[in-house]
Amino acid sequence: MALATEPFILNIGPAHPSTHGVFRMRTTLDGEVIVDVEPVFGYLHRGIEKLCERRTYKKNIPLTDRLDYVSAINNNWPYVLAVEQLAGIQVPPRAEYLRVIMSELQRIASHLLAIGSVMNDMGIFFTAFMYMFREREKIIDLLEMVTGQRLLYNYMRFGGVSQDIPTEFLPALAKFLKVMPGYLDEYDQMLAENEILLSRMKGIGILKPQTAIGASTSGPVLRGSGIKWDLRKAAPYSVYDKLEFDVPTGANGDCYDRYRVRMEEMRQSLRIIQQAVEQMPAGKFQGRVPLRIRPPAGEAYAQIESPRGMLGCYLVSDGSELPYRCHFRAPAFLNLTVLRELLIGQKLADAIVIFGSIDISMGEVDR
Amino acid sequence: MGILMSTLPPDWPGNFWWHLLVLTLLLIGFLMTSVIIFIWMERRVIARFQIRLGPNRVGPFGLLQPFADVVKILTKEDIIPSRADKIIFWLAPAVAFVPVLMILAVIPLMGGLALADLNIGVIYIVAVSSVTAIGIFMSGFASNNKYSLIGAMREVAQLISYEIPMLLALASTVIMAGSLAVSGIVAAQSIPFILVQPLGFVIFLVATLAEINRTPFDLVEADSELTAGFNTEYSGMKWAVLYLVEYSEAVIGSVLITTFFLGGWRGPFLPPIIWFTVKVFASFFFILWIRSTMPRLRIDQSMALAWKGLLPLALLNLFITGVKVVFWPALSPWIAIPAYVFVTVLLVLLWSRLLRTRRPALGS
Repeated sequence: MALATEPFILNIGPAHPSTHGVFRMRTTLDGEVIVDVEPVFGYLHRGIEKLCERRTYKKNIPLTDRLDYVSAINNNWPYVLAVEQLAGIQVPPRAEYLRVIMSELQRIASHLLAIGSVMNDMGIFFTAFMYMFREREKIIDLLEMVTGQRLLYNYMRFGGVSQDIPTEFLPALAKFLKVMPGYLDEYDQMLAENEILLSRMKGIGILKPQTAIGASTSGPVLRGSGIKWDLRKAAPYSVYDKLEFDVPTGANGDCYDRYRVRMEEMRQSLRIIQQAVEQMPAGKFQGRVPLRIRPPAGEAYAQIESPRGMLGCYLVSDGSELPYRCHFRAPAFLNLTVLRELLIGQKLADAIVIFGSIDISMGEVDR
Repeated sequence: MGILMSTLPPDWPGNFWWHLLVLTLLLIGFLMTSVIIFIWMERRVIARFQIRLGPNRVGPFGLLQPFADVVKILTKEDIIPSRADKIIFWLAPAVAFVPVLMILAVIPLMGGLALADLNIGVIYIVAVSSVTAIGIFMSGFASNNKYSLIGAMREVAQLISYEIPMLLALASTVIMAGSLAVSGIVAAQSIPFILVQPLGFVIFLVATLAEINRTPFDLVEADSELTAGFNTEYSGMKWAVLYLVEYSEAVIGSVLITTFFLGGWRGPFLPPIIWFTVKVFASFFFILWIRSTMPRLRIDQSMALAWKGLLPLALLNLFITGVKVVFWPALSPWIAIPAYVFVTVLLVLLWSRLLRTRRPALGS
């Protein structure tokens, strides 16, 4: 006797422990197998792009912090770059190095959170998460030392940064750079060869290179599929052309490769910080900036490599004190567009891991 | 009746019913106290694994934290979903809890101290322990919640699969002991069975973890996938009973590991009940260790482990044990133990080779 079965619809989210914010997956399940997925966005929409049009250029910087709140400094950068392009503001070299150091620290912190929460989704009851937070705490302490904030730093300014580093920062940073490689090795020891972790991540959620390019994904999701595309190498901004680092890529494009790429990127970030500290010149941390910024009418597009991918800012100026239009190219949003292809045919438990390995933050997706 | 009478100490002052009542209260007290300490221990130990402190405000070392939790739970609103099957929803926590209590009846806490020393104790334990699954399935099914339903289906599938290797592992201890009575199995462990049955121990441990829904087999409540699994819709005191079931199962799992493989109440110098308690807590510590380090398996991987991994190993173990008992019944433990350990390591390595995932090249 054949049993009659019928697929049923399961709403994962918007309030679900593993959706990393308020995201909703409307999944159609056949038992445990996913037949169809419909991602539903917009629960965290705050209208940041529209808000930007009603504030002066300077007042918009704190708003960009709120895009991707786990890597706030990286989110300041494209906006600041775009305004500098529009208004023709020069940035002193010391400020460029400060920007690089701070945003690479932020990248490590963001990747730690990403990996920690994937492990949590996989069911390591918060242990990996807490270990990663131990190091993230050190980074946040460093950032707090400079900016006075612990989550939304509001650090970058047009033509520089908000403040120079205090004297105790560099010794503390040197200490961090010394211990961090050991901690990364510790994670590898505990996680990289774990049999259950391998069976849950290897060959799961394979993103083909063509699909990855076609969907315009970027960041670790793209590099996990084996495509060597990193804006810091491909179109170097700031002082990245003077720094030496590798772009790690994966081979298969599965969840495990995305996790490995993030681990390696943290090591490369440490290298970048080390070199930046050595090369950093003395001098001013803030260029000459007019008190009221009225860029000439025109448009500018600037993009950087954020922890989640190519983060761009498109600005249109009409010559007034307020931007006419401000648009953000959010990498997390574009990376999410491949979700449906990755999930169909997988098990429910895999869906959570795949979703976590894409590493989104809803603040950026919904804006 | 005769069996029950035979468990009486010869100088017992009262009559039979007093014996029954006192032992029942003793066992319930043992279970409840263990549950309270287990809850406290789980939070403190896992906190230490996670470089945290854990609860340390209520009472010395946070020991009164479980009581504070119970008071909190009692003040919570008890919600029954409007579309739930109310009778089954109400019954489920009780159905899940009673069998757990019933298992304790046949466990000897010390020599001769068991509520009912059945001569088919092993079969009784296996039979009764499966009833808990019905309770959990009822709770998931009656909630009328899709997460609960998936959790409940996983529970049934997993329990049926792991029952078989568990029973086969127990069968080899029965062969070694030559007795189906739990007290007989404990009596046969002048050397704990963990040494002369290492493979059986590994299989039994894994199967027990699956039966009591502990990591890496906590698919039933898989909090990152199914929010809370079968108990998603439960709140207030009914949730507390399900929570009690979960920890009672952990107690029972530790008790069974202790009784069948760690020598039960036997041990030198200290009183038997102390040995028993220490072993139970050591087993639970091991379960916590696994919980705080291992990711969760997927349901198909969990099934594959049961049918492709544990079942053949358990059959092989049964065969090896049988050969040993038939052909070399009086083999010296100095030869038998190294031989068993060698065979176990060999077989486990071979099986993990067969079942493991393809290795990645590190540092790509």
